[in-house]
Amino acid sequence: MAKVAWPVEEKRSLMGRRISRLDGPLKSSGRAKYTYDVNLPNMLYAKILSSPHAAAVVESVDTKAAEKMAGVEAVMVLRKPGERVDWAGQEIAAVAAVTEELATEAVGKIKVSYKVERPRMDDRDSSKGEGRVRSKSSGDATQALQDAAVVAEGRYGCTAITHCCLEPHGQVAEFRDGELRLWASTQNVSGYAGQLTGAAELPANKIHVNGRFMGGGFGSKFGPDRWGIVGVELAKKTGRPVKLMLEREQELPIAGQRPSAYAEVEIGATEDGTITAWKSKAWGSGGMGRAGAPPLPYIFRDIPNLETASQGIPINRGPARAWRAPNHPQGCLITMSAMEDLAAKLEMDALEFFIKNLHYTRMPEVYREELQIAADMIGYGKKAHHRGDPTPGPIKRGLGMSLHTWGGAGHDSTCDLTIHSDGSVIANIGSQDLGTGTLTVITIVVAETLGLPLEAVQVNIGRNAYPPDGASGGSTTVGGVSSSSRRAATAALNELLEKVAPELGVSPDRLEAAAGKIQEIDNPQRSMTWQQACALLGQASITRQGRHSRSGAGELTSSGVGGAQMADVSVDIETGVITLNELVAVQDCGLIIDLKTAESQVLGGVIMGITYALYEEAIYDPQTGRMLNADMEFYKLAGLADIGDLKVHMMTGKGYDDRGVIGLGEPPVISPGAAISNAVANAIGVRVGTLPLTPDKVISALVEGGLLS
Amino acid sequence: MNRFEYASPSTLTEALALLTDTWGQTEILAGGTDLITSLKQNLTTPRRVVSLKAVSDLKKIEVRGTEVRIGAMTSLAELSAHPAIRQHFPSLVEAVEGIASPQIIAMGTVGGDLCQRPRCWYYRQGFGLLAQQEGRSMVPEGDNRYHAIYGNKGPAYFVSPSSLAPGLIALGAALTLAAPPAPAQRVEPAAPAVEPAARAKRREVKCQAFFRVPQAPGERETDLRPNEILTEITIPLRGLRNSTYEVRHRKSLDWPLVTASVAFDYSADVIGIAKRPRRGFEPPAEPVQPAARAPVVVLGHVAPVPWVSERAAALLDGKSIDESVAAQCGEAAASGATPLSRNGYKVQLVKVAVKRALLAASGKKG
Repeated sequence: MAKVAWPVEEKRSLMGRRISRLDGPLKSSGRAKYTYDVNLPNMLYAKILSSPHAAAVVESVDTKAAEKMAGVEAVMVLRKPGERVDWAGQEIAAVAAVTEELATEAVGKIKVSYKVERPRMDDRDSSKGEGRVRSKSSGDATQALQDAAVVAEGRYGCTAITHCCLEPHGQVAEFRDGELRLWASTQNVSGYAGQLTGAAELPANKIHVNGRFMGGGFGSKFGPDRWGIVGVELAKKTGRPVKLMLEREQELPIAGQRPSAYAEVEIGATEDGTITAWKSKAWGSGGMGRAGAPPLPYIFRDIPNLETASQGIPINRGPARAWRAPNHPQGCLITMSAMEDLAAKLEMDALEFFIKNLHYTRMPEVYREELQIAADMIGYGKKAHHRGDPTPGPIKRGLGMSLHTWGGAGHDSTCDLTIHSDGSVIANIGSQDLGTGTLTVITIVVAETLGLPLEAVQVNIGRNAYPPDGASGGSTTVGGVSSSSRRAATAALNELLEKVAPELGVSPDRLEAAAGKIQEIDNPQRSMTWQQACALLGQASITRQGRHSRSGAGELTSSGVGGAQMADVSVDIETGVITLNELVAVQDCGLIIDLKTAESQVLGGVIMGITYALYEEAIYDPQTGRMLNADMEFYKLAGLADIGDLKVHMMTGKGYDDRGVIGLGEPPVISPGAAISNAVANAIGVRVGTLPLTPDKVISALVEGGLLS
Repeated sequence: MNRFEYASPSTLTEALALLTDTWGQTEILAGGTDLITSLKQNLTTPRRVVSLKAVSDLKKIEVRGTEVRIGAMTSLAELSAHPAIRQHFPSLVEAVEGIASPQIIAMGTVGGDLCQRPRCWYYRQGFGLLAQQEGRSMVPEGDNRYHAIYGNKGPAYFVSPSSLAPGLIALGAALTLAAPPAPAQRVEPAAPAVEPAARAKRREVKCQAFFRVPQAPGERETDLRPNEILTEITIPLRGLRNSTYEVRHRKSLDWPLVTASVAFDYSADVIGIAKRPRRGFEPPAEPVQPAARAPVVVLGHVAPVPWVSERAAALLDGKSIDESVAAQCGEAAASGATPLSRNGYKVQLVKVAVKRALLAASGKKG
């Protein structure tokens, strides 16, 4: 009988190879249809009227002029007189009309009067914290700091940023024959319908969700949201399909923010560079939502004398949402910056200092190995210097490093797999592919398990008609789907082996599937082709279900990864402009199913990290509370010319493969901010405390450091 | 975006007849890289959009004796690829390359670059060109990181967005503006076009004079009138050394934070001087050969207009450029800046941009 456990390296024909994503040609040719591309006959377009005020009470809403317009089919008031507005962009009313232009025009004709208040927008003043202070302590940090040979003090942090998904939030909704069909840009295909039963007035089993392709979520697309519910209500009201996609200028302020985070840190060490104490006070804002609580100290959790406190500052900004590796990038930036500042103060090589303190981490051996590989890749030995590049001229070069971790355990997942008598195979999972390669890795697992080429396997995801799968968040997808599909395929194969065994005169537990055949283990001459084997099913087929549950994960998956990154930057100290020369990412994620999509996943995370390190910031007007850069012009994302040379090294082999499959979505995005900030400090000799590292901040830091007049 | 009439005339006279005397009634469409977004943002809601695409004689680059004439509909890509432009005006080529977006360079036009509206985020959010709410500017107490550090005593705080204007001013360029013959034989929006008989009236303005600081709501940032079309840019061929240096945050598509364009006569490896008011500066001890033109230093993205720095230019007279002279000139250009709460860093960028543009133009590396 075939075993559920992953095949050993010599027995793998597909897993661990570099395989191009299967939907790549569809996406690059434009044949992949995203929610934005779905247009149904007789469809209406819906637009939302957003509040221009960040703090206000609605006094009146007059929709008459909009309602009178020819082609306007429905108008809904979403915030009634007397109701509050707590952030700019909050939804006031919605219109469905026969064209997008008409809907936009009609929205403009809705008259709303507000009692406007001055919004609270300042999240940088730690004295404005409210609510519970989260704190922890161990040992005596105050005493240990007094006793420390060297103490570094610093203030670090990062501004709020948004998810800025290329495809904005939205869906197409159509009621037909008493059922609701939805095309949704979502990270949660299986869980979407359950959140709409109220609005649709239908049970979840009459709500059909399609989400085969989606243009980015990053933690902001787990539910239908207020606008998704409105879209369904408008479709219900008009009896026509309704498409509602947010505009870019609406999307950025309301559809997800990563909380800002700032901290004052004191960190102390003995003369030889052993850290002895950490004290931090952190604050930040999740807008009107919950603020984040960055884990501090990050990675180096077992520093003996600790004292930390963090508190949120509620301000009139759209609520925070999970943003790829929630809280980790902030905690990482604050910790790794303080570490590097302390190394500089000790006049110690940063790499030596990091390695010296790895015993405070939970995976010292993994980090040690990864740091050494990263150092070799970037040429650390040749390039490294103490803080402040002594090279004359305005261009200063520096190196910086950072470590990160993530869980990445698989979520609950179910896979139905059928082997047909003609040899074709189909697997269905109610999962989704966020652009990461989920479809590709499921196909690889099934093909590997059945000894078939990729083309022989059809995998379907992206519909809630398929067996339920968890939401794709927190790097949980690959653990779930690889386990459920492996289990389903193994169970189906074993049933087939039972049929084949008497024909070959071998007991089923002596049979295996490999290279398109069913053969005797260690005696491949005794075999029949996959087609011959399946033909034995006659008019029947085999269907088996595989389930992965988070609680009883079993031997296929685990959690807990480590990564190390190093950045090489050049800084023009006359202009404050930073150039990223190179960034190397060394990452562990257990057993790798597809090396190519794994590397791509790391590259994507690193690019996103470079973006928030150097460019990205949600900028709000302190007077009106409006987001000033809710566009792709001043909401700056890194372009190809900005990302430098990126190198990825995936940890594989003994000690890594045997841990099973672990998620990879979050980890690579955590370290770039810290690694780049450290590289900049190493280059110019002073710390630029907050991200993004914009020219104005670099110039200020240089002036404060007395390096520029 | 409101519904509007779309007109695509094939001659300039037809195009002029389709314009009206008041702003906002009609808009001119060139490459569309600014107008389309402005329409989408409802910053303008014209009744008619007049496309100049079919007006063929607006797309040209002609070298005639002592000048180069550039049609306003010439694309930025065509401009920067033209051998004469590359040979004589590296400053303009550098300005185009600084846009960094192949799409905008391909679609954007020379005329459109000069006539595009500012990118001030308060303006783009509907607070008007002067960014006012209840008669008070939003900029001084708002987020003014990208706003003006010169010419910002109010009421205007935005920065001129043009990539080419600083370079063109430094090179002494002039703009030709065409208006319909008076009395106008105009076509009211939504009325059928008629063939106008008379020829357009033309006036020429120096590029520097084209830009101005609006003083009251309703005023515009250029001298262009609502019934005029910018048709041509004329640059004298004087053999000037010239260069543009941009400080940009991103290497990919991004607005510059500060730019500096310089042009000067350097025939004897010394900057030539011409007659100009001295304004308290001592003339150089050694008399130098009178030059075709005095040196010019123009800053971009620092003021509501391209900002001509007389102080910086005066310092260059008769000098041979080296790192120290270039740095002094940068300091001079930066003196007198009046930064707002969040844009003090631009003063430093002015120093560097001027220094590097001078060194590049003189053939020395910065």
